[in-house]
Amino acid sequence: MASIAPVANHGREHWNPVHALGAKVLSFVDGLGELTVFAYRIFVWLVSSLPRRGVLWTNLYEIGVCSLPVVLVTGTFIGMVLAVQSYDQFRIMHLESRLGAAITISLVNELGPVLAAVMLAGRVGSAMAAELGTMRVTEQIDALRVLGADPIHYLVVPRFLACVLLIPLLTVMADGVGILGGWWVSTQILDVDSHHYWFHTNNFVAPYNVFGGMFKSIFFGAIIAVIACHRGFHCGPGAEGVGRAATSSFVLSFLSILILDFFLGIIVLEGYYLLHSVFPAVM
Amino acid sequence: MADRSSSPAPLELRDVTISFGSQTILRNLSLAVRAGETLVVIGESGCGKSVTLKLMTGLLTPTMGTVHWSGRDMKTLKLKELTRERLKIGYLFQGAALFDSMTVFENVAFGLRQNTSLPEGDIRQIVGERLADVGLAASVCSKKPGELSGGMKKRVGLARALALMPDIMFYDEPTTGLDPVMSDVINELILQTRARRPVTSIVVTHDMTTVRKVADRIVMLYPLGRLNPHESQIVFEGTAEEAFASPDPRVSQFVRGEAGDRLREMVAA
Repeated sequence: MASIAPVANHGREHWNPVHALGAKVLSFVDGLGELTVFAYRIFVWLVSSLPRRGVLWTNLYEIGVCSLPVVLVTGTFIGMVLAVQSYDQFRIMHLESRLGAAITISLVNELGPVLAAVMLAGRVGSAMAAELGTMRVTEQIDALRVLGADPIHYLVVPRFLACVLLIPLLTVMADGVGILGGWWVSTQILDVDSHHYWFHTNNFVAPYNVFGGMFKSIFFGAIIAVIACHRGFHCGPGAEGVGRAATSSFVLSFLSILILDFFLGIIVLEGYYLLHSVFPAVM
Repeated sequence: MADRSSSPAPLELRDVTISFGSQTILRNLSLAVRAGETLVVIGESGCGKSVTLKLMTGLLTPTMGTVHWSGRDMKTLKLKELTRERLKIGYLFQGAALFDSMTVFENVAFGLRQNTSLPEGDIRQIVGERLADVGLAASVCSKKPGELSGGMKKRVGLARALALMPDIMFYDEPTTGLDPVMSDVINELILQTRARRPVTSIVVTHDMTTVRKVADRIVMLYPLGRLNPHESQIVFEGTAEEAFASPDPRVSQFVRGEAGDRLREMVAA
């Protein structure tokens, strides 16, 4: 079969660093545009026709339920590590009893959402990119179109929905087991008083913090699904192309999660101040 | 090449050019497929045969020129119309392109489930009939594509392509990678498909046995890199007998499978 992969031949023998920089910038803008159009097509399908229940359930199971063990193990150990690493600093200041507040606020604000997202990008995102990439290389995506199914609607929308709907739940579970892990190490190994641990945690951590983390995670889930599916759909030829799609999917998702986390963190904080000014008694 | 007389051709490429990046694969190609014929497109690897097939089915969009389905420019069709028109097409992919995650039954039933509201009993019956048409027993229904041999995959792919009773069948290198016996089985199935229903077929191949057996008309494409700027990419059009009797060395060399001056070119390179 004729190769249909785009061939880049820009007379490289005459290139200088300015050409190289220009090509990089153009390639970046081109890639960003492609990603935006891809996300827009997902959105159009989301509002016009939801996927079949059977297809959605399979993806919810694969993406949500199968990710649970790795998220739970990661969350537990992060909570435990936080306790071990923070304890000495708190003890110097005689604030051991406040350890629970520090661990919990770190987990629900940042570590829970970010770690659940990174685990999802690593376990699910790479697998999605590799699976869709293989489907592209073996012409299965073309076969879908010939058989009257839109590949974005059939393959991408259920994956997108599964990521967006289930990542907040994975985040809450990572938060929960992390808090329990931190509590267990603090109280059973480091001899922090359990009553004070929970008392200060309760004083410092508000439901808003938990919901703020869940809110951020929805965007992480969306960006993971869009990047992974886009990489798979635009995969290069052969096994090398599939491998590159999986790797670049994780790297791009990871960078996007961290960059998004910064901006979403500011938005969540501003939201807190706004709500506090409007409902001081509740917040 | 194009026949633009009374009734429109079911499929027609008009002055089509397609490029990937800076590489042009097809240049100003015009080709009309007549209703009911079996058109075989031959040519060496990389000359644009599969790209021609994908342009005809709308899986690729031309850089320049137009693709017409029953006289209608494909670009003017709305997404729903395009999907509906595409259902008149059956496509046997080079590697069969069966969905890995589904069983044989689910693969063959896919188009029916996706595009019709037939009850499950009718779908079972149609799937059984299509599998029987390609000589496969109902016992393969529960198998995954990974458990099938190359020939069986091709036959399941053919059953899937035929499930929606298409008017036009596309075969992308149907015998590539198969043993001679299984190649002949596929050739016979192409003939049987045509005998059962008045289906228009377009076959892309470089297997001359297939060409002799199934072709009503042959079109030979030549790689752009070996042509002068104003030469047509279609270097031959006619029957199998005419191809074998052609005085054009490009055609005779291909149909007889002779390396000719290519070997000297490789050594020089």
